[in-house]
Amino acid sequence: MKLQALAELVGARFLTGADQGEREVTRAFAADLLSDVLAMVREEGVLLITGTVTPQVVRVAEVMNMGAILFVRGKLPTPATVEYAAGAGVPLLATGKIMYETCGILYQHGVLPAKRKGLPMDHVPPNPAHP
Amino acid sequence: MSPPIPPIHKRIFLVAAGDLEGAGSVSTAVRRTLRELGVEPDVVKRAGIVCFEGEMNMVLFSQGGRIILIVREDRVELLFSDRGPGIANIDLARQPGYSTAPDWARELGFGSGLGIPNMEQNSDRFEIHSRVGEGTVIRSTILRGVHDDTGDRGGARA
Ligand SMILES: Nc1ncnc2c1ncn2[C@@H]1O[C@H](COP(=O)(O)OP(=O)(O)OP(=O)(O)O)[C@@H](O)[C@H]1O
Ligand SMILES: [Mg+2]
Repeated sequence: MKLQALAELVGARFLTGADQGEREVTRAFAADLLSDVLAMVREEGVLLITGTVTPQVVRVAEVMNMGAILFVRGKLPTPATVEYAAGAGVPLLATGKIMYETCGILYQHGVLPAKRKGLPMDHVPPNPAHP
Repeated sequence: MSPPIPPIHKRIFLVAAGDLEGAGSVSTAVRRTLRELGVEPDVVKRAGIVCFEGEMNMVLFSQGGRIILIVREDRVELLFSDRGPGIANIDLARQPGYSTAPDWARELGFGSGLGIPNMEQNSDRFEIHSRVGEGTVIRSTILRGVHDDTGDRGGARA
């Protein structure tokens, strides 16, 4: 799906990268914890849906060669972060919708889940006894 | 182990404790340097992840330190050394999900407890040494020309 179409579906506006409206994203990953993104996203060009608006979110998107960042819950990064993303070529979008609704809409319209990397803890049985 | 091939590039970066604005900039600079040196994209990506996680831990948990990037023909090495509280139980810190990140750090998107496991998973060799009350030293080695195209790494081979 093109970023422009995606923005219209979830009522998002571009904070930067509006000229990248034709960029395609086919898969998305939603998380607020950055290490989860770094540990689990396998492919490149993935859309990151997040409520975390620190400068590090853009760094993570760069490290992982992600397609764009969509901020949810009306959260907005600082102008300095937007400027940094502009320089790094990472499109930023923002919507007032909550993460669940944003993901639901995009899923319904065919944006696929990102493939998840295997982790050591996948082999831990569910409900481990916590000390 | 045979003596390492001499470096083709070496650079030292300083990391300031608590610098939440600049945190991550070393990772960005390391990636840029590696790309300029023509290092394989897969290695650049893994080094970027390792560096980001190590750098964030230094910013969040230490009193500051430095990161040394060494590029050799056959490998990339990242050396993290900091002054700070150190890690009392390294086995625990290596476990996915273990985190002592305070609430304010969790609100900023940290504290999965996946940083060190993630560094280890993206390294071919990985060592942590720490002394409580003094600091922590981490060495990550990423071998070049060992292409990983599945995206699933079975963990570090120490
Ligand atoms: N440089 C360091 N100095 C002191 N303690 C550290 C250092 N790095 C890590 N730790 C300790 O090890 C724990 C695990 O680190 P790890 O990076 O795996 O997780 P985290 O930083 O808590 O969360 P995440 O990295 O997922 O955001 C930390 O919570 C902290 O207690
Ligand atoms: Mg960490």
